[in-house]
Amino acid sequence: MTHFYQRINQITRVWCACVVLFTGAAPSLSLHAAETAVVYPDVKTGRTLTFPRDHGAHPEYRTEWWYVTGWVESRGVERGFQVTFFRVRTGLQESNESQFAPKQLIFAHAAIADSEHGWLRLDQRVAREGFDLAAASVGETGVEIDGWTLFRDGDGYRARIVASDFVLNLDLAPTQPVLLQGRAGYSRKGPQAGQASYYYSIPQLRVSGSMQIGNESLPVQGEAWLDHEWSSEILPEEAQGWDWVGMNLGDGGALMAFRMRARNGETLWAGGSVRDANGNVQILSPGDITFEPLRQWRSPRTGADYPVAMRVRAGTRVIDLEPLMDDQELDSSFSTGIIYWEGAVRASVNGKPVGRGYLELTGYAGRPRM
Amino acid sequence: MFLQLIAGPLRQNRMRVALSLLAIALGVSLGYAVQLINRAAVDEFGNAVQTLSGESDLTVRGSRRGFDDAVYPLLATPAEVAVASPMLDIDGRLDGRNDRLRIIGLDVFQAARVQPQIIPEASDRMDTLRGDTIFLSPAAMQWLDTETGDLIGFQVGTDRVEFRIAGVLPGTAAGQRLAVVDIATAQQHFQRIGLINRIELRLRPGASAQSVAQRLQPLLPAGVYVETQQSVSQTAVALTRAYRVNLNVLALVALFTGGLLVFSTQALSIVQRRSQHALLRVLGVTRRGLVWLLVGEAAIVGLAGSLLGLLLGLLGAQLVLDAVGPDLGAGMFRGVSTQLTFEPLAALSFMFLGITAAVCGSVLPALEAARAAPARALKAGDETRMFERLTSFVPGLTLLFVGACTAFAPPVAGLPLPGYVSIALLLLGTIALMPRIAMIVFERVPLPRRSELALGLAQLRAAPGQAMVSLAAIVAAVSLATSMAIMVVSFRTSLENWLEHILPGDMFVRTSGYGETPYLSPDEQARLARVPGVRRIEFLAGQRIRIEAGRPWLTLLARDVDPRDPGRKLSLVSDIVIPQSGQPLPVWISEIVADVYGYRVGDIIDLPLDGRNVAVTVSGIWRDYARMQGAVAMTLESYRELTGSNDVADAQLWLDAKANADDVRRAVREALPEPGVEISEPHELQSQSLAIFDRTFAVTYALEAVAIVIGLAGLSASFSALTLARRREFGMLRHIGFSRAQIMRMLAFEGVLVSALGLAVGLLLGWVMSAVLIVVVNRQSFHWSMDIHMPWSGLGVFAISMLLAATLAAVASARRTMAGGVVRAVREDW
Repeated sequence: MTHFYQRINQITRVWCACVVLFTGAAPSLSLHAAETAVVYPDVKTGRTLTFPRDHGAHPEYRTEWWYVTGWVESRGVERGFQVTFFRVRTGLQESNESQFAPKQLIFAHAAIADSEHGWLRLDQRVAREGFDLAAASVGETGVEIDGWTLFRDGDGYRARIVASDFVLNLDLAPTQPVLLQGRAGYSRKGPQAGQASYYYSIPQLRVSGSMQIGNESLPVQGEAWLDHEWSSEILPEEAQGWDWVGMNLGDGGALMAFRMRARNGETLWAGGSVRDANGNVQILSPGDITFEPLRQWRSPRTGADYPVAMRVRAGTRVIDLEPLMDDQELDSSFSTGIIYWEGAVRASVNGKPVGRGYLELTGYAGRPRM
Repeated sequence: MFLQLIAGPLRQNRMRVALSLLAIALGVSLGYAVQLINRAAVDEFGNAVQTLSGESDLTVRGSRRGFDDAVYPLLATPAEVAVASPMLDIDGRLDGRNDRLRIIGLDVFQAARVQPQIIPEASDRMDTLRGDTIFLSPAAMQWLDTETGDLIGFQVGTDRVEFRIAGVLPGTAAGQRLAVVDIATAQQHFQRIGLINRIELRLRPGASAQSVAQRLQPLLPAGVYVETQQSVSQTAVALTRAYRVNLNVLALVALFTGGLLVFSTQALSIVQRRSQHALLRVLGVTRRGLVWLLVGEAAIVGLAGSLLGLLLGLLGAQLVLDAVGPDLGAGMFRGVSTQLTFEPLAALSFMFLGITAAVCGSVLPALEAARAAPARALKAGDETRMFERLTSFVPGLTLLFVGACTAFAPPVAGLPLPGYVSIALLLLGTIALMPRIAMIVFERVPLPRRSELALGLAQLRAAPGQAMVSLAAIVAAVSLATSMAIMVVSFRTSLENWLEHILPGDMFVRTSGYGETPYLSPDEQARLARVPGVRRIEFLAGQRIRIEAGRPWLTLLARDVDPRDPGRKLSLVSDIVIPQSGQPLPVWISEIVADVYGYRVGDIIDLPLDGRNVAVTVSGIWRDYARMQGAVAMTLESYRELTGSNDVADAQLWLDAKANADDVRRAVREALPEPGVEISEPHELQSQSLAIFDRTFAVTYALEAVAIVIGLAGLSASFSALTLARRREFGMLRHIGFSRAQIMRMLAFEGVLVSALGLAVGLLLGWVMSAVLIVVVNRQSFHWSMDIHMPWSGLGVFAISMLLAATLAAVASARRTMAGGVVRAVREDW
């Protein structure tokens, strides 16, 4: 058992290093003198996202992710799931001809939120890109690591995850066009112009496939949300973390909102979008968005307090978020490192259900120090 | 009372008791130290294997240089494989230091799931991925006196590659010297782009390691093998087995001589105390009780000797570990600093052996003493009866015959046990025959005219059994010492000749002394060739490859060998076969390869090189004392053609007749400024090699000396016993007019005769035993041959000094015995 913990521990420590990287939050990332400092391209306005090219990876940027979150039902039981692939350009050993050179790291995590289980079933992978064992394809969505894959096939996505205690085999079929976030895909993340990402979402993906938990294989269906985002700098130096929510609304609409929190808890920056059932998109500015905690949940493992229930105002809409279960902390570590909350939530307006989605709360278990 | 009975005689023969005790202590300490050192080494080696393999089920290894890293995805993807952790394991030469450090290039993400012990701890996790960072085990940090943040350099080619120490490897075992870098960093800086040399595989639960190994093996390039953890550990431990067993046998020899000394001491003491023992019997001590008493005395000596031996063994082992490392100077364990643990079981066993040796030595004299009828023994003049019984020819001859036959038996479990048994039987058989031999020889010695000398000879003729103990002592001592001396001198001379043979140049420029990373590039080779004063230059290259699973790496050696006359560069011990054109190219294998892999001259074998099998012809067998795991030599030309590598490890220079060696040396230094290149002349290399040889055989030298001292002590003891027993005889002689000097001359003459006979037989037996040692034991242990070189002058000096010493010992003991006044002794006979 000890060995198992050690292993998990080690993976997480390494993994956390990468999370820190993609949040751009590690002050000690200054490269050693012997490494040629890598210049990451800035995220600028005016770039037109073109598809399918921009479905693929953008290896020159520092960080990138494909983030699938969703709800599925099987035999009347609702569960949340997330399948996430990250790509990080480390800036290290760029001139090394070795196939092992850790220029690009790929890592992934997959989780199932199952209220019967009580906490997340979680597994994760991390590897350097190379040898076709871990890769993020350019030109079309295709990420894989150690047999875990997410790729776009024709119009739809397929995800296959063989985790330690569950297996996901999911088809994700789009029902709506791509939703460009921010200004035509340029999504501002902070007060400074450079603090931004390219960001688009595909809400209302129709999910079908199977979910195997233990030895039980369940046919599932539901809906999901995909985010694809890449950038070279996201988290402002003064930020403590962020809150993010992406909702598939029951009427076919979609809502996304996020805010960057300063260390004192105030909002540094915010943004979001609302697309109604008819496809009309409203891009929200910082003033349009507020996150108001309704209920705190304290993690028994880390002691961190998460506002797992929130009232979110996005433009004219005010929705209440209530988690599928409180304990959806992505507690992947016994050591120091990033621990955050990524959970399935239900949305309601005045107590009336309006949709389901995912809420992400970072920076509550302390700002990562690395 | 009992204690006093025991303590008294022990005090009386203080010197001899001390010697017996020391001999037993030596045997016990040697055996125990070997055991401790070996255990420490094996533990450390096991730790090293454990650390590197972690929780893996299978290990894939090929040549040390490496195999195509495209093998890695092939092994990472099968369904049974949970994790594959690729590695580049390199023996790096520390820059500016004549030493090496093992560097593991690893993929931290994969290694974390298989080998958590070698995962670095870094304040900045990205440091584990950088191209210029390294992590050291605590032991390596301590050894190099460095800390996090310091720089550490390695010599690659003749360049320095520098890393920043970014943290430690907290999981490594205590004492383990190890460094870890990123695998891509290792490939780049140690110039192995595209190569790895080790993959650890952790299988999914339920998968059988054995069957997965069988399934994966065909996926691997030639010369790369997938092995279970058990096999990996066994290969590692087997490296030192032969060496260890031989040292243990030496320990047994020391114990045997110790037992022999106890025997002679007890025999003397029993003669001295014959009437005392008889009195004890009269007072009611049973025969059995007397035996127990005498054996008890010896057991106390054995116990004291063993305890002293254990202490000495512990100290000695620590000393050896500190000074030369756990391989006893043989160069088999690297990068391992060992820690001793007191081993109770081994300690008890060696204590038992020590006491047993002493008890065995005392049983015969004790039985003799008990056998004597008390009434007769109480009267003086009975002592001589003790040695009078004469053994028959049969047991001695049988022992010799069986011993001779045993020498031809094959090794048992790869160990030369029959050879040792043969030597022991030969020794025992000869000793058993000694009284007979003595009788035959002394019958043929013409009677001298001087009456006292004639009397001495007559005495020996009439009662040859009397000299039995002296003879046994001297034969055992002389034969053991002689056989070891002949073996060591033969080995040393063969080594010297061999060195001259394989190092024919006037100067050597070597990078291969430490670690695998240094080499000479083609440009540097050209610069060397242009050095003024260099008439001719030849290069040597090589790498370590594996040609069978479950066997350690052997050396593939490439040098300028003429296939038509390979004997000029290689020390050939077989006929040669010259491949015709169109036949596979020739290689020459060392005796070790011939023995271990069973190849014969003319065989066509597959040599895995860079992942493919190359058919080669075994064109000859040569003697190689340098590479204990075996070597295969090929021409440098073929090597370059097959590997595409033009780098070499060493160069041999022939100088112009008028060139000054020091000038050339300076010019070479200028051409190759790197201090990690060693420049040496043949005599320096030879003396270096011989110094290592002498260090390795130091134990043998010590044992030779001990055998001689013990032989002399035994001789002196038994002479004392004899003269003591014959006190009345001397008294009688004085009465009938013999002068004191005449008696002394008689005793001296007897001493000379006995010693001469013992010496002659001992030398002869030693010679036979040395042949068994050289041809059987040595060959089976180390798989190399040597020419028998008789150290004539040494043996001559040895014989003369032994004769002198033995005679002196005889006279001295006689003088001591007679000091009491022999005339009075006659009066005891009432």
